[in-house]
Amino acid sequence: MAETVESITALIIEKLLANPKVPRDIDGDSRIVDDLAFDSLAVMNFVMEIEDTLDVSVPLDRLADIRTIRDLAICLTELKGGAPA
Amino acid sequence: MTDIFAKYAGLAADIENLRRAAPRNPFGVVIERPLSATVGLIEGRETLLFGTNNYLGLSQSSVAAEAAIAAIRSEGVGTTGSRIANGTYALHKTLEHRLAETFRKRHCLVFSTGYQANLGTISALAGKDDILLLDADSHASIYDGSRLSQAQVIRFRHNDPEDLDRRLGRLKDHQGAKLIVVEGIYSMTGNVAPMKEFVEVKKAHGAWLLADEAHSFGVLGASGLGVAEAQGCETEVDFIVGTFSKSLGTVGGYCVSDHDGIELIRLCSRPYMFTASLPPEIIAATLGSLTEMQARPELREKLMANARQLHDGLKGLGLSVSTHVSPVVAVTLDNVEQAIAMWNRLLESGLYVNLSLPPATPTQNPLLRCSVMAAHETDQIAQAVGIFERVAGEYGLGR
Repeated sequence: MAETVESITALIIEKLLANPKVPRDIDGDSRIVDDLAFDSLAVMNFVMEIEDTLDVSVPLDRLADIRTIRDLAICLTELKGGAPA
Repeated sequence: MTDIFAKYAGLAADIENLRRAAPRNPFGVVIERPLSATVGLIEGRETLLFGTNNYLGLSQSSVAAEAAIAAIRSEGVGTTGSRIANGTYALHKTLEHRLAETFRKRHCLVFSTGYQANLGTISALAGKDDILLLDADSHASIYDGSRLSQAQVIRFRHNDPEDLDRRLGRLKDHQGAKLIVVEGIYSMTGNVAPMKEFVEVKKAHGAWLLADEAHSFGVLGASGLGVAEAQGCETEVDFIVGTFSKSLGTVGGYCVSDHDGIELIRLCSRPYMFTASLPPEIIAATLGSLTEMQARPELREKLMANARQLHDGLKGLGLSVSTHVSPVVAVTLDNVEQAIAMWNRLLESGLYVNLSLPPATPTQNPLLRCSVMAAHETDQIAQAVGIFERVAGEYGLGR
């Protein structure tokens, strides 16, 4: 089944909510650093978990432009769409 | 006017919290002076040093000191120039030849710091069409070198050759060069890389492998060359990077390689070109330390025996340490407040260790990071473990 931004957003939220420290009311517009209080390392480690699930690798430079959960979902969707990385 | 420091509001708040939690700034410790390799004067107290990375104790080598003094008298205190201008003396070439010979490699480049060795090598080797694959727990100098390279950067799970293999598999159609970067011993945890397995993965995928042996040079391997030598694969590691500021007790860094192309980076590595070269006394002292390291293999044996004593001692207290036995022994704690309080009590009790806080640590846990030396006496290690036992007891930790 092809992933969509919506399905990947839902996957990210599901994985984030597995962490009890993450606020319960997050959605696609939640900002990963500002609203979830993730530092740079926590973001990179979280992305690694998603990478395994989706069988994709996110180059670090792509992370620099990601602010919200939906930004991350868009990035992952693009990478799943056949980009070499 | 926009406040240029506004972006550091979070950092300022963290510092304020640190100050409230502890009587002293853990990142502002002043060693008034070293009394020996193992004891320093801190806040007027004689303090056991268990956080200096001075693995062989050679920062206090009299051989190195005499060599430095002689070099200053004959050549002065600095070169005042870049390696590609007026900053290459015969001493620099001698050190490069000695290191190449030591590692049994054809080429060696010496950099002004260990940080710059990683920065300068990685940024020059990987171009914008290439891919860097970094162990997730890599040192900041590796991450910074990657940013300077403009290559695509992909992290793989720490010490996990299978994860690296999977990620390289996803890149099979990518035409650029792929450079894998790992460390020998990891600076924060003391974990040792499965270098031989990484070599197999790199060969399977036609990738290149760079190993940073900063914390393993002088420590592991039959001649002290590091993890690659210890695991019998040093000829298959393409680039070995290291530092003089750990086992050799001075400052500076290097990259050794059998690939002739490495010589080209002297003319395109910005951290190599656009900085002053090491002063003659540092080169002379480093040569002296290298000679001493090679002449005294018993230092490595003592170091590893000491590492075992400290590791087993702390583990025996029920504290959480790595499964690897290496001269870096890090105690993992649950939270930052506890780590700060314990670090302060250790220092007040006469024991200096490093306090490492996230995100500088591999996980969200803080570390009390110890490093042991060949110069430590058995009694000093027992004393350090005893101090840990008392302080851990005060905080309800351990057995």
